[in-house]
Amino acid sequence: MSAITRDEVSHLARLSRLALGDDELDHLAAQLDQIISAVARVQEVAAEDIPPTSHALPLTNVYRADEVRPCLTPEQALAGAPATEGQRFRVPRILDEEA
Amino acid sequence: MDLVKKGATELGELLAAGEASAVEVAEAHLDRIAAVDGQVKAFLHVDREATLAQARKVDERRAAGERLGPLAGVPIAHKDVFTTTDMPTTAGSKILEGWRPPYDATVTARLREAGLVILGKTNMDEFAMGSSTENSAYFTSRNPWDLERIPGGSSGGSSAAVAAYEAPLSTGTDTGGSIRQPAAVTGLVGMKPTYGGSSRYGVIAFASSLDTPGPFARSVLDAALLHEAFSGHDPMDSTSVSEAVPPVVEAARRADVNGLRVGVVKEFAGEGYQPGVTARFDETVELLESLGAKVVEVSCPHFTYALPAYYLIAPSECSSNLARFDAMRYGLRIGDDGSRSAEEVMALTRAEGFGPEVKRRIMLGTYALSSGYYDAYYGKAQQVRTLIKRDFEAAFEQVDVLVSPTTPTTAFPIGERADDPVAMYLADLCTIPANLTGNAAISVPCGLADGLPVGLQIMAPVLGDDRVYRVGAAVERALEDRWGGPLLAQAPELVEAK
Repeated sequence: MSAITRDEVSHLARLSRLALGDDELDHLAAQLDQIISAVARVQEVAAEDIPPTSHALPLTNVYRADEVRPCLTPEQALAGAPATEGQRFRVPRILDEEA
Repeated sequence: MDLVKKGATELGELLAAGEASAVEVAEAHLDRIAAVDGQVKAFLHVDREATLAQARKVDERRAAGERLGPLAGVPIAHKDVFTTTDMPTTAGSKILEGWRPPYDATVTARLREAGLVILGKTNMDEFAMGSSTENSAYFTSRNPWDLERIPGGSSGGSSAAVAAYEAPLSTGTDTGGSIRQPAAVTGLVGMKPTYGGSSRYGVIAFASSLDTPGPFARSVLDAALLHEAFSGHDPMDSTSVSEAVPPVVEAARRADVNGLRVGVVKEFAGEGYQPGVTARFDETVELLESLGAKVVEVSCPHFTYALPAYYLIAPSECSSNLARFDAMRYGLRIGDDGSRSAEEVMALTRAEGFGPEVKRRIMLGTYALSSGYYDAYYGKAQQVRTLIKRDFEAAFEQVDVLVSPTTPTTAFPIGERADDPVAMYLADLCTIPANLTGNAAISVPCGLADGLPVGLQIMAPVLGDDRVYRVGAAVERALEDRWGGPLLAQAPELVEAK
């Protein structure tokens, strides 16, 4: 039995904002199935009552001082933008403008 | 005087004594790059004039009487994952082709302050995901020991550059072994500092709880000098540790293991390990004993689950980190013809701009984090992470350092594992535990198997970075006595193009 179906892979591509073609989805489905079967080994470990570790260091709530300091100029911030308009990033339409 | 064969410590001394100028040293390395990089393919970007301008500035600072550090005027190859305002930064990806960052990474800024001369940016697996540089969107770097083999990865351009004498030093980042594995397979020293010991600010993120910048060099002392030059607390990185940098240079000079307790990780041996790798490792363990170390076998039962746990944790973190490549503020944008929505442009751009391994990991991470699977995959992997931490803690109650082979095999041929992700992942089998727990770990050369370099991995507790330098330097000294020089001197000479 496969660990992941072709439909699930297609759904994951949508969630990941990756516009993949059928060939690429087929190829990825087989590979993801193989990888997920391999990593599922973590489920063999008896880990009941074991707390999770999300980070190597036990740091919590690290704040910087609330001081004004220099930041990028608008020109610097926009320098790598694919498209700009005035001092703003120009983006494709976000909302449906049909109505 | 063959400047390119000299290590960083010696170059620094020559420069300080006025016996060579930074410009002369930079020129020698730029000439070497011009002569061999067509074969080695370590660099994504080299700018001769800009490099010489940096070198001139260091010579001027020295002439003006400025007190400079031990590496001032020494050239360095810089992994293309660190942002640089004066050079493109791509992370090996098409999605960032030609991008000029608006700010320098902290590591970059500290290299500049220390007077290191940045020769260029080195090739890498796309977004540091891989063990061979075959996942670079640009080209595959070559192993100077055998140009048909991989130089390791993800920092494979950085290992190739130093092993080919194109640079005496280079930078890397290590998320699952991306410094130690390339160092091992090219006969170099490669160090993963304690997590948080070196700044992630300006390092293009892969897995934020694991990513750690570190040095490559041809000797343990050279690596320690570079480690010291760019490490230490950074207020721009909220996971940066506030403790002082451990005394790594002093430890590398001390180079003794007398009375030190060394633990051999029982789980990292047997099936899957190349016989030559096992033989060199066993000989090095005997050597440590003969040098006065107390060697015992230590069991870390959960280390065998580190690899599957890592391949859930790292992809999960990458799937959220790489969401920032949305085609809106910088980088590639595809299909913005006025008819498509932002979301469609985003999906087209990401499909076009990311390579196969990056897509695999984003989707794997999205899967592991999705509701219904989270507990069985990501949650379970985090529990395994706790168990691995406990294994380390128990081991370090008995011993001062742990040792293992750095990689199960020597450098494999280019193409051999390119379309078999699970086989490729095995390259990181022994290096991953130290990433999951943030421990310091180094790889030092310990001999050849079938004519190719083998690495010894030495692991220490968090903030025990000095210990691995001390042991690494002792092993290096004893082995170089035996070999009559560094292991790299046994590599075949590259034919220089005219």
